[in-house]
Amino acid sequence: MNPVTPVVAIDALHKSYAAHHVLKGISLRANEGDVVSLIGSSGSGKSTLLRCINLLEIPCSGSLRINGEEVRLKKDRAGNPLIADPDQVARLRTQLGMVFQSFNLWPHRTVLENVIEAPVYVLGEDRKDAIAHAEHLLEKVGLASKRDAFPAFLSGGQQQRVAIARALAMRPRVLLMDEPTSALDPELVGEVLKVIQGIAEEGRTMILVTHEMAFARDVSSKVMFLHQGLVEEEGTPQQVFQNPTSERCRQFVMAQDNRV
Amino acid sequence: MDFSWINSFGNELLHGLGITLKLLALSGVFGFLLAVLVALGRLSSNPLISAPLRAYTAVFGGTPLLVQIYILYYGVGSVFASYPLIRGSFLWPYLREGFWYVALALILCVGAYVGEVLRGALRAVPRGELEAARAFGMKRLMVLRRVWLPRALELVKPTLVGETVLLLKATALASTVAVTDLLGAANLVRAQTLRVYEPLLAVAVIYIVLAFVIEHVFSRWGKVPQRQA
Repeated sequence: MNPVTPVVAIDALHKSYAAHHVLKGISLRANEGDVVSLIGSSGSGKSTLLRCINLLEIPCSGSLRINGEEVRLKKDRAGNPLIADPDQVARLRTQLGMVFQSFNLWPHRTVLENVIEAPVYVLGEDRKDAIAHAEHLLEKVGLASKRDAFPAFLSGGQQQRVAIARALAMRPRVLLMDEPTSALDPELVGEVLKVIQGIAEEGRTMILVTHEMAFARDVSSKVMFLHQGLVEEEGTPQQVFQNPTSERCRQFVMAQDNRV
Repeated sequence: MDFSWINSFGNELLHGLGITLKLLALSGVFGFLLAVLVALGRLSSNPLISAPLRAYTAVFGGTPLLVQIYILYYGVGSVFASYPLIRGSFLWPYLREGFWYVALALILCVGAYVGEVLRGALRAVPRGELEAARAFGMKRLMVLRRVWLPRALELVKPTLVGETVLLLKATALASTVAVTDLLGAANLVRAQTLRVYEPLLAVAVIYIVLAFVIEHVFSRWGKVPQRQA
């Protein structure tokens, strides 16, 4: 029997900026249908790790495989990591949906245009099909009525829901989310989390950086606690939140619990 | 005030208007394309690209357009004229004309000025929007075409309108090297009718109308609604 090929497989990944060593050898596996939450305090490297997966940050060493395909990297003369084959990375990125902390919608395009942009221009999808798909997705995130609005006229929560629809429009193998609710007013967090939860329940593979502990506990199949560039604790939400073996992880989880 | 000369010199004015519009269109379009290349080149991390362009913008941004036109027309033009090979070539009818020297000077000038404006605009586009484009699999050229450049242009649209009106007015310098643009035509009328002001007033009105049209055309381009501050 063939072992299942993980959608994302990272081994011994290192990332540093000059003398600052951010990731110190991290391994991660996300199989089809997994929801992996990365938690940890600021500066622990979780966002950097997530951004390494779609090469917005380029790992210094280690291996990264998407659907079993090894991402080819090289170094310049000064030893800085570079993407060896930009076409390969562009192609792999189409399978990696990305949702940013600060939404990053394109403000010169309407909601609908934001959602169909990449399917039409990157994947070469037929415009009509792309619009139909986009309308379906906007319906799903509860923003069908805003299709012709410009992003600047939407609330943060609405913008982030559009950004989620935009990521889903590519029919990605895995959805990467970088603190999707951290830039939102507290009363807008709920609407976005509800949408993400709905997507997770459909069995979509997700890797998500979050500070919403209760949410991570509810939706994740796996939780990884990062500390100073290393995985300090990983396992099911139950293990990590109820029986952490690492003292630091226990403190972190308890601090979050007491926050209220 | 006597405008009766318009009957006999209307054709000259129309022809002059045509020349002015041709200069505006040529230098507007090609100057803009040059400006995009200059802006991108100046943003390049490769000093072999950015340094010469920096010198170019300094030279053409720092000298009066009239001086540039003179240097091209009297300087380069007369050098060309001294080579029989060039004088005999099929290009000579063009190289003899002041029009092409003025067009070239305007293009180079727009490339330098607007190149600087665009460089600032390209830098002002938030990084995250470009990251989003890359994260969705866009290659460099597509990021530029679909996100980076349109966003930058949106940011400096009012400046570009102003630059275009300035360019329209700059085309009047063509009349100094014997090109009968709109102002050149007015000067012709002045010389032949000995009326000093009326031809000038007539073309002044035409320039104002053209400037108005330019602003109107630009205001229809782009659809992103302005948020009230």
